[in-house]
Amino acid sequence: MGYSLDFGWLRDAAGAIAHGAAMTLFLIACTTVFGIVISILFAAARRSRYGILRKAVAVYVEVIRNTPFLVQLFFIYFGLPSIGIRLDPVVAAILAMTLNMAAYTTEIVGAGLDAVPKGQGEAAFALGLRPRQVFVKIILPQALKVIFPALISQVIIMMLESAVVSQIAVRELAHEADLLQARTFRSFETYFVVTLIYLALSMAIRRLFVAGGRRVLGAGVS
Amino acid sequence: MIEFTFWDILRNLVFATRWTVLLSAVAFAGGAAVGLLILFARISKQKWLRRFGSGYIALFQGTPLLMQLFLMFFGLPMLGFRIEPWTAAALGLTFYASAYLAEIWRGGVEALPLGQWDAGASLGLHRLQELRLVILPQAFAITRPPIVGFLVQLIKSTALTSIIGFEELLRTANAINNATFEPFTVYGLVAVIFFVLCYPLTQYARMLERKIPAH
Repeated sequence: MGYSLDFGWLRDAAGAIAHGAAMTLFLIACTTVFGIVISILFAAARRSRYGILRKAVAVYVEVIRNTPFLVQLFFIYFGLPSIGIRLDPVVAAILAMTLNMAAYTTEIVGAGLDAVPKGQGEAAFALGLRPRQVFVKIILPQALKVIFPALISQVIIMMLESAVVSQIAVRELAHEADLLQARTFRSFETYFVVTLIYLALSMAIRRLFVAGGRRVLGAGVS
Repeated sequence: MIEFTFWDILRNLVFATRWTVLLSAVAFAGGAAVGLLILFARISKQKWLRRFGSGYIALFQGTPLLMQLFLMFFGLPMLGFRIEPWTAAALGLTFYASAYLAEIWRGGVEALPLGQWDAGASLGLHRLQELRLVILPQAFAITRPPIVGFLVQLIKSTALTSIIGFEELLRTANAINNATFEPFTVYGLVAVIFFVLCYPLTQYARMLERKIPAH
């Protein structure tokens, strides 16, 4: 028995798919902002004078990097309520994504901080800048410039991984696909179309960041 | 109603871990075999083969693994195979792994000095012999750290196959959680088991990285 592909359902489904894609973009936008802020703080903490801070960040990074994102998501969404922390699915998704991505970007930001020559900080001190000014105005911009391509890749990886938050019923792109295929019985076609949309999103995000990076950081990324 | 003690939960989870390990091993082996073919295409002298190779890699690295698994799960039956979570999971992860492994190895091949090819050619080796005897052994050696790093990623990725119904660690955990209503313990233990699987490999990758001098 042959199977014939049918994309006739697509016309009625366009709205739902667009809605899902918007939710996916919203999730990754929040994650990018929170994740990068946290990873700058953590990367700085990892290089601080306080041993306990250094150790705490190191443990956090190892735990997140050596466990699956889906398990982290389930632990946050299903596990935390039993100790009294009940989260909305969208909040749980953003929290899980942020904590996950920050573990990777903390390492990336840290590598960037280490790549800035020591003389830069010393010169800024000599000019009378305060430690915080030295970090924010001199070290950080140079570090971000170096690591920008790696950051873009990490954001895109996280966007692709965000498909699994459909499992806690966040209505993003993958979840809309689940709902659609249950209604139309066109499973393969539905996931095929949505997969292509994810591909387009990842290419669009890369373009956007490259253009933005060139403008804001003057980062020479391809 | 069956009572689950902490040890019952742990025992069941540890038993289910063998499927996670087996799936990782199968996907890694399959991924290496397919990845080698993709690598050959990617570094071929034929332009259309190189295009195919880079398109294949971009496709698998630019789309969510979950969607790839769903496409396998719903696509295989259209080709006349029966829907089975095990085959869909193993094939899906194999193709996923092949793209990443091919890309890592390509980096290794391109990191080698061109003189290595010339030296092989001057000894009268065919291109295939050159690859087998000169290029690939060196490329494999210098890419060992990222390959071990990817193995960690692959082990973590097997958790996604629970969604298409493959009975591995996380799916077993979901079932136990439905019976015990102790998600904090159950998912906490799952995280610990994955950590125990992955952390030694992460450390091993780090050790290899230190051993191999940067070019």
